[in-house]
Amino acid sequence: MKPFTRLDARAAPLPLANIDTDQIIPKQFLKTVEREGLSRGLFYDLRFDDAGKPRPDFVLNRPEYAGAGVLVTGDNFGCGSSREHAPWALMDFGVTCVIASSFADIFYNNCFQNGLLPVVLKPDEVQDLMGECQGGNHMVSVDLAAQTVTSPSGKVFTFEIDASRKAKMLNGLDAIGETLTAAPDIDAWEARRTLTHPWLEPTR
Amino acid sequence: MRAMAGKTLYDKIWDAHLVAEQDGEAILYIDLHLIHEVTTPQAFAGLRANGRKVRRPDRTLAVADHNIPTEGQGLGVAAVADEEARLQLATLERNVADNGIEFFPMGDVRNGIVHVVGPEQGRTQPGMTIVCGDSHTSTHGAFGALAHGIGTSEVEHVLATQTLRQKKAKNLRVVIEGTPAPGVGAKDFALAVIGEIGTAGGTGYVIEYAGDAVRALSMEGRMTLCNLTIEGGARAGLVAPDETTFDYLRGRPSAPKGGAWDIALASWKTLFSDPDAVFDREVRIDASTIAPLVTWGTSPEDVVPVTGAAPSPDAFASPDKRASVARALEYMGLEAGQPIASAKVDVVFIGSCTNSRIEDLRVAADIVRGRQVAPGVRAMVVPGSGLVKAQAEEEGLDEIFRAAGFDWREPGCSMCLGMNPDRLAPGERCASTSNRNFEGRQGRGGRTHLMSPAMAAAAALAGRIADVRDYLR
Repeated sequence: MKPFTRLDARAAPLPLANIDTDQIIPKQFLKTVEREGLSRGLFYDLRFDDAGKPRPDFVLNRPEYAGAGVLVTGDNFGCGSSREHAPWALMDFGVTCVIASSFADIFYNNCFQNGLLPVVLKPDEVQDLMGECQGGNHMVSVDLAAQTVTSPSGKVFTFEIDASRKAKMLNGLDAIGETLTAAPDIDAWEARRTLTHPWLEPTR
Repeated sequence: MRAMAGKTLYDKIWDAHLVAEQDGEAILYIDLHLIHEVTTPQAFAGLRANGRKVRRPDRTLAVADHNIPTEGQGLGVAAVADEEARLQLATLERNVADNGIEFFPMGDVRNGIVHVVGPEQGRTQPGMTIVCGDSHTSTHGAFGALAHGIGTSEVEHVLATQTLRQKKAKNLRVVIEGTPAPGVGAKDFALAVIGEIGTAGGTGYVIEYAGDAVRALSMEGRMTLCNLTIEGGARAGLVAPDETTFDYLRGRPSAPKGGAWDIALASWKTLFSDPDAVFDREVRIDASTIAPLVTWGTSPEDVVPVTGAAPSPDAFASPDKRASVARALEYMGLEAGQPIASAKVDVVFIGSCTNSRIEDLRVAADIVRGRQVAPGVRAMVVPGSGLVKAQAEEEGLDEIFRAAGFDWREPGCSMCLGMNPDRLAPGERCASTSNRNFEGRQGRGGRTHLMSPAMAAAAALAGRIADVRDYLR
């Protein structure tokens, strides 16, 4: 996983609540066996019309937001399906930070597995940031170590993040490798369980 | 010092599976890992790339369900027309064979939707921790198991370590009491809960469902209720196990047998929230006041009684909410204030991990028996598994559906998410027993109204959204 430390990028405002993962990446793009290449399906029904042509008014199709690295959006972003293709598609498109007033649980977890930083700001701060990003200047700075977002006009918003998740993001650590350092604990747990829950253990 | 409060059921299962803690994260043991073709290829690729093995193939069970066609399954994967789906199915076959994981392939009578198969086989048991790369894993909470969806990176983590790194959630108790009216069931309970708390209302919580109306539900009904927990934002829902649970499990292929059953049963009987357990939040619902419910919009929280109407944006105070209601009405092709029962349907879908079990099919067949699907309506039944299909056929339900004009299909996720060829065309309106009415969920431009199997059956007969109470025998 690529570490996330600091990001200076254009921020695209998407002022909708409850954007579900079906909208982030529709079903027809889930038949891949790869993690890469999913940007073609990102927000497909919002980005493209029925004929497959880009909708010029959709924020990520507008030239002033080309190369956006940050998405600023509404409540409960990423609700619905657990598909990790959603963060993969965002990352593949170049978005490595999503700022919202709240996230759905599974999507929020999935972001941390991929080096995509989900930032929770207060609803009025999101409104404020969204308004600024709809103006002429869309550049924001996200500093994970300092836990701050700096708006285009220079306003600084701070955000909360779990310390262990922050450390893994900053260092790009692999969770499996870390858990495997506790392998002796897992062995011991299984051995105990053989005694307490014998019906769950195979007769070898 | 305050006396130690009792534990909730969630607390008990959590504590019993806590292996270790690292950096403030719990490492939680996983008893059962269910896998399917869509959310696992990248996880197995990750294992291979890092030279890691599946720690407990025997605690893992695989099915093919999301993208399989619902006809011609006996012809095998090579005959699946969609090239990408075929590759994904073949990849799953290779991965389970390489790792010694039990697998019910497409066409096997035991195959079906992962959340139907686990319980049906007796793999799902009380007190377990269960995960799957699918958000409707919450279904298994009906057995008093802690069960929730995970992403593909977490699938890889569970395959490699048989554990998951977790933060503990808060406890929310939803108490449903009273006797529901005829025609009202578990699906209506679930929609009522989501309508009450909102689609994000359960975020950060595990829900325990309690109350006499929940106790009175069959296992099928409890599965429907727990299945929809994720649509209220909570990852997991639980019902404490009782005689209904034990009766369902007894004799299932993977349920404990003989003396092992007695040991298991004694353990399962300890799985309840202590009387002095403290919940962070409680919601109470009176089942006797619930009418058959349908969704009007594009979020599962957009619920109205079948006698009600689509709302007007002006009825909401916040500008954001007004805009989102207006957007949903436009997408759904409904006028503000339009009676919901006036909406004509083009398609009826009875199926999905929410409502494709034998009881669901019996209830729908009872409404349909001796009647005809309205002209111009495409109606289909997709049983949840090969075993559900076989049972229904033994009971003659397939004949009832076929005689009425329903298409009787082979098992799978089907039109719930339209990954296979079963999809809505743009603008088509569907009465659906599934779980998500998101924009485009059942097909680009498709319009989904969520409802119970009985209500979907009534809609098929009426050709519009209809009150099932007019069709009860």
